[in-house]
Amino acid sequence: MSNLVVDKSKVPWWVSNVIVPLVNLTLALLVSGLFIFIAGENPIEAVKLIIYGSFGYIQGFAYTLYYTTNFIFTGLAFAVAFHCRLFNIGGEGQAYIGGLGVFLVAINLSFLPIPIVWLLSICGAFLFGAAWAYIPAYLQSKRGSHVVITTIMFNFIASSLMIFLLVDVIRDTNQMAPHTVKLPEEIWLPSFEAFSGILGIKIRYSPLNLTFLLAIASLFFVWFLVWKTKWGYEMRAVGHNTQAAIYAGISPHKNIIIAMCISGGLAGLLGVNEILGVSHKIQAGFPAGYGFTGIAVALMGRNHPIGILPAAFLFGILYQGGSEVTFEMPNITRYMFVAVQGLIILFSGALENLFRPQIESFFVRRLNREVNA
Amino acid sequence: MVSPILELTDINKSFGHVQANKNINLKINKGTIHGIIGENGAGKSTLMSIVFGLYQANSGSIKINGKEINLRSPRDSIINGIGMVHQHFMLVENFTVLENIILGFEGETVFGEKLQKAKEDLEKLCQTYNFNIDLDATISDLSVGFRQRVEILKSLYRGAEILILDEPTGVLTPQEVDELFKILRSLKDEGKTIVLITHKLIEIMDLTSEVSVMRQGEMVGHTKTEDTSKEQLAEMMVGRSVLLRVDKKEIKKGETIFKVNNLSVKDDLDVTRVKDVNLEICSGEILGIAGVTGNGQTELLEALSGIRKVESGSIELFGEKISDHNNFLNPRMLKEKGLAHVPEDRQRMGLISDFKAHENLIFGYHDQEPYSKSAILNNKEITEYSNKVMQEYDVRPNSPNLITSNFSGGNQQKIILSRELNENPKVLLVGQPTRGVDIGAIEFIHQRLIDMRDKGAAILLASVELDEILSLSDRIIVMFDGKIVGEKENKNVTDRELGLLMAGVA
Repeated sequence: MSNLVVDKSKVPWWVSNVIVPLVNLTLALLVSGLFIFIAGENPIEAVKLIIYGSFGYIQGFAYTLYYTTNFIFTGLAFAVAFHCRLFNIGGEGQAYIGGLGVFLVAINLSFLPIPIVWLLSICGAFLFGAAWAYIPAYLQSKRGSHVVITTIMFNFIASSLMIFLLVDVIRDTNQMAPHTVKLPEEIWLPSFEAFSGILGIKIRYSPLNLTFLLAIASLFFVWFLVWKTKWGYEMRAVGHNTQAAIYAGISPHKNIIIAMCISGGLAGLLGVNEILGVSHKIQAGFPAGYGFTGIAVALMGRNHPIGILPAAFLFGILYQGGSEVTFEMPNITRYMFVAVQGLIILFSGALENLFRPQIESFFVRRLNREVNA
Repeated sequence: MVSPILELTDINKSFGHVQANKNINLKINKGTIHGIIGENGAGKSTLMSIVFGLYQANSGSIKINGKEINLRSPRDSIINGIGMVHQHFMLVENFTVLENIILGFEGETVFGEKLQKAKEDLEKLCQTYNFNIDLDATISDLSVGFRQRVEILKSLYRGAEILILDEPTGVLTPQEVDELFKILRSLKDEGKTIVLITHKLIEIMDLTSEVSVMRQGEMVGHTKTEDTSKEQLAEMMVGRSVLLRVDKKEIKKGETIFKVNNLSVKDDLDVTRVKDVNLEICSGEILGIAGVTGNGQTELLEALSGIRKVESGSIELFGEKISDHNNFLNPRMLKEKGLAHVPEDRQRMGLISDFKAHENLIFGYHDQEPYSKSAILNNKEITEYSNKVMQEYDVRPNSPNLITSNFSGGNQQKIILSRELNENPKVLLVGQPTRGVDIGAIEFIHQRLIDMRDKGAAILLASVELDEILSLSDRIIVMFDGKIVGEKENKNVTDRELGLLMAGVA
């Protein structure tokens, strides 16, 4: 083993941040291929279908980007909290409550000028998501209740609360299903096909909408917040070394709360995509696991916006391409792609360091040889 | 001369850059109580952990009864008749005494005859040494003293001929200490060999027949206890190496700017670590705090710098009360008032090792102009400033973007020092400024502290290095057990005098 102790300072950044994740991803996909093979289908064909489904035609690609939008929000949400060393696994619940925020703001203020309604709805989503994260954050900072436990419990509470509201309080009373009325059409966020109409291309319906740009803006926002502001600096300080933070006069309590609220707010923005952009009403269970998958996105993307973007895109491809595969290949069910996601999480999260020492020492030795030669 | 039961030759052990044991030679004779003393961090526990197989030495040999053995794990040591009672007991709280003792030593079965046999054996042992333990009692119901006996019994049951006790009295009441000593003496009378690790001189004088002294990872002497005295041992423990003399101008003492009144401070475990301390520092003066590690210096510095809550008493800066039991200013407010703090433990507190050097160079000052304006960090200013101070303080390598953990200890310390001195503080609290720092950097750091003093800062210097205290301070106080046990002007003070105070003898 001794030859595998690598001097971290000598490892080039692209090895640990690009090569290692790619190797892990490849392994996950190879094992997934094996599963597909065992299920009686041709893995190569499956890959072709995935690529066709997610890139091959414009509507498919729009779907891919729609999924990507959601994963960017939830991935960023996890990453922000993680920089303060908080495992916010409550993205699901925060997104759910965020959706409530969008809806309440949009429906009550729909008389305002449209861009202002949008802006306020986005704020509503952020604030509601943040408020839902605030409670676990407070409990963590004041009472030491671990956020992993409390945030996951808050997912269940959010779910029950929303079901209650959707059944008894804000249900569209003209029907029996647990969803609200639709928002007035004029305040819906413009969809991709509306834009393509302007450009003179006619495409079929897709859920992709203006929120995608909000997601891209969020990537910039998080990058700026975490690395360019004193708040991000303080959050990272608390995350890396709480004792030192106290020494420097940085309050861990305050920063835990700030980090969690921003995290929850970002998760809440998923509601903008789903409600203001796509379904225009709150439906029971609309976060549909995006909050959890966001954890994997953040882990793969190494909690950095530059990594989260491709990771979110990859999961978008898997979602969209995956549904194409289940459509074409009767032996592959939807759950097979849940398994594929699981494998990716396994290899890029839990087994992240499985091959890291080997890969790093390989490159360090190679580079040394080049230097010496 | 009887051949030694345990013989260590040229044992070396390092952790990273720190050499915890250097060429240690030690002979322990059968049937004796052998004391090993030294300050905290002198390497006693490391050495004994090597003997017990918890650590492996980098080099050197261990012989038991003249036979060289290879100890790769505690299991090997137990087989070779070595038992160890740790400072922190290794017992399963909700198991009974009997269950704890046979744990990991069950053989094939823990039921029926074997268990009965074990119980009988243990009862015999208890009688022989007057242990007075109920084997069926649950550990969580036992007092600390009894738990310790269970540990000893455990070792004996496993056939220990050599019993190592690491700071056994630290957690005991005086009565329990008496009981323990009785047991240890009766063990010796039965021919067992006992190695007692401690930093308490009284215990050595009371109990041992031979004693070895360690200092900074080295064995500095062996002697028969009857041939030595507490004073002599204290001197050996503290040591007298070559003084690093610093050129120092005559003191230009100004007015008192920092004052501590009847201060008491508790640690995280609610134990009072600073007891009724009074002190004053004038501008242009370095006040040194001498003392063995763990006598309250850490908690004192933390309280003075606004990190730890004050239990009672108060702290005044420029005549203004900055801290008492009810409220205290946090470190950032204190920085604004001109109080800077170089913490004792740079890894744990002074820096964030995963941050880049430039991020650490503004740590604690990051929200001040010009480093940040309306919450946005000004990278250009930070980089310029970093380049400047890293050059000025000769931090190597001079690369602000390097992750801090890649710098050596001395250079990390320079990063902290440059940061804390840059704002020209009026009061400077410094803990262990040169711990783990190479000679060149030590001189540099000392010179900087003297410069600050000459500029009129009031400096409080806590260090376990007596040389450092003696060469830098204008006035010296000695802390022992949380109290100030002596105060001297730094004129004609000998290290021997201080050593006695530090050991709580004088």
